[in-house]
Amino acid sequence: MTMAIQKLKSFDLQQSVIYIGFVAIFLFFALTLHGDGFLTSRNLTNIVLQTAPATIMAVGLVFALSAGEIDLSFGSVVAVSSLSAAVAMQHFPMAVGILAGLGAGAGIGAFNGVMVAYVRLPSFLVTLATMGLFAGIARSMTDLRSIPVLNETFTGIFGSGKLFTVPSLVFWTAVVVGLGHLVYRNTRFGAHVLAVGDNARAAQVSGISVARVRLYVLTLCGSCAGLAGLLYAGRLQAAKYTLGESDLMTVIAAVIVGGTALNGGKGSIIGALLGSLMMGMLNNGLILMGLAVSDQMIVRGLIILLAVAISLRDTSR
Amino acid sequence: MTQPTPVLSLTNIHKAFDGVIAIQDFSLDLFPGEIVALVGDNGAGKSTLIKMISGVYSPTSGTVALDGEKVSFADASSARNRGIEVVYQDLALADQQPVFMNMFLGRELTKPPFGLLDKERMRRESQALVDELDVRIPSASSTIRDLSGGQRQGIAIARATHWASKLILLDEPTAALGVAETARVEQLVASLRERNLAILIISHSLDQVFTLSDRICVLRRGEQIGIRKTAETDKNEIVSMITGVHK
Repeated sequence: MTMAIQKLKSFDLQQSVIYIGFVAIFLFFALTLHGDGFLTSRNLTNIVLQTAPATIMAVGLVFALSAGEIDLSFGSVVAVSSLSAAVAMQHFPMAVGILAGLGAGAGIGAFNGVMVAYVRLPSFLVTLATMGLFAGIARSMTDLRSIPVLNETFTGIFGSGKLFTVPSLVFWTAVVVGLGHLVYRNTRFGAHVLAVGDNARAAQVSGISVARVRLYVLTLCGSCAGLAGLLYAGRLQAAKYTLGESDLMTVIAAVIVGGTALNGGKGSIIGALLGSLMMGMLNNGLILMGLAVSDQMIVRGLIILLAVAISLRDTSR
Repeated sequence: MTQPTPVLSLTNIHKAFDGVIAIQDFSLDLFPGEIVALVGDNGAGKSTLIKMISGVYSPTSGTVALDGEKVSFADASSARNRGIEVVYQDLALADQQPVFMNMFLGRELTKPPFGLLDKERMRRESQALVDELDVRIPSASSTIRDLSGGQRQGIAIARATHWASKLILLDEPTAALGVAETARVEQLVASLRERNLAILIISHSLDQVFTLSDRICVLRRGEQIGIRKTAETDKNEIVSMITGVHK
């Protein structure tokens, strides 16, 4: 009996809300929309394909939040990265385009990281500023024009292609989530990220380089957004300054709902994946229900608010 | 009978911050298996001294020697690599992580071939250590946040014991604890004598100092007032040394 009560007490709602929410939303749409094609394998695959960039950004953000930092600039990074890749491929081979896109992401992430780790500014303010800065740069890069991406090898690797029978976007999602989970849970770096976010002073006196961890997580965040930019460019066969614009709320919500603490020391990559898929299902289901865009935004906002409230509710007994 | 080599030997240590003298002419030898208490009022320089021994500050002049060999630590890591561990009054534990990850914080064990964390071995070794030191916690996988203040301090001391080969510095280890928990931690500290470590403890509780220590070293405003064998002094003498008021 006491065992049962103990078990009930240790039941971590914050960690489990994502599984319950994921299943609940899936069942809800499966029951209400079964005539509208929600359950077709094509629609379900589409959800996974559409959420691929957000999932990959979510993996980066889990590292940043776990270390006690935040990145608000990744949406702008997506635009800069996709445009850099597209512009580079107009003049140079594909490899240069890939490097330009990933390099832009890693570079902006590293810039954020240096400002936070070594200039010692709060990541919230640094990335709020770089979010605006790089959104502006993305607009001015091509005078608001969208740039077509015509290289078929590129659009195959980062968009519509398949590796054997696996769509390439699913492949990228699996690789990033799999590697991210492994690094987060089973490497010294992952342990140091959690330690820094949990108690930076304890990490420091234990010989962990707190500044380096902060630099690395923000660089990782930028790099993930850089890859997300390539995936958008590959799937849409074009790059535009608007790419990634609407991802900020979705990705942060996915990560928080997935059980990652907003103030560091705790998180889950698998949770972030489910969170991101849940956001995708929500988008997809609300469209299939025939809601107007304004109503979709309202319903989505309310559901995210509810999910985040449950995930963040103070459970101190 | 010859005197053994001191584990730690401080000779004529001076420390000044921008010309303000924090510690002047401090000398102390610490021997293996000995507990020395460092007492003095707030601002007497106890923490400054601890920080010089643990490599956070370096002395303005004077020498620090380990096992008779003169050393100068570039930072806290180099002191730690030489077998000196510090237990801070605010614990320095990562609250949301399990006990075993805290035990190996910054020194996590990995296994070949990919260098992934060896959680099983860290858990096993942590469990063996807390059992050996009789730190009573549910398990080495417990999360720090779920433990009491005394259990947490037990973990912090166990961690220091695991890594220290020479010396443990305890900075007010029971300042935040209740009566029963303080007694447990004092027992734990006393048991470290048998491990042949030298222990330097800062404490404001004279009861604790007299229960635990072999010798007492008194500081007042950066000045070393004297060292007494605990068995040959009493609270009145120590109090008057701390305050400078003679009865």
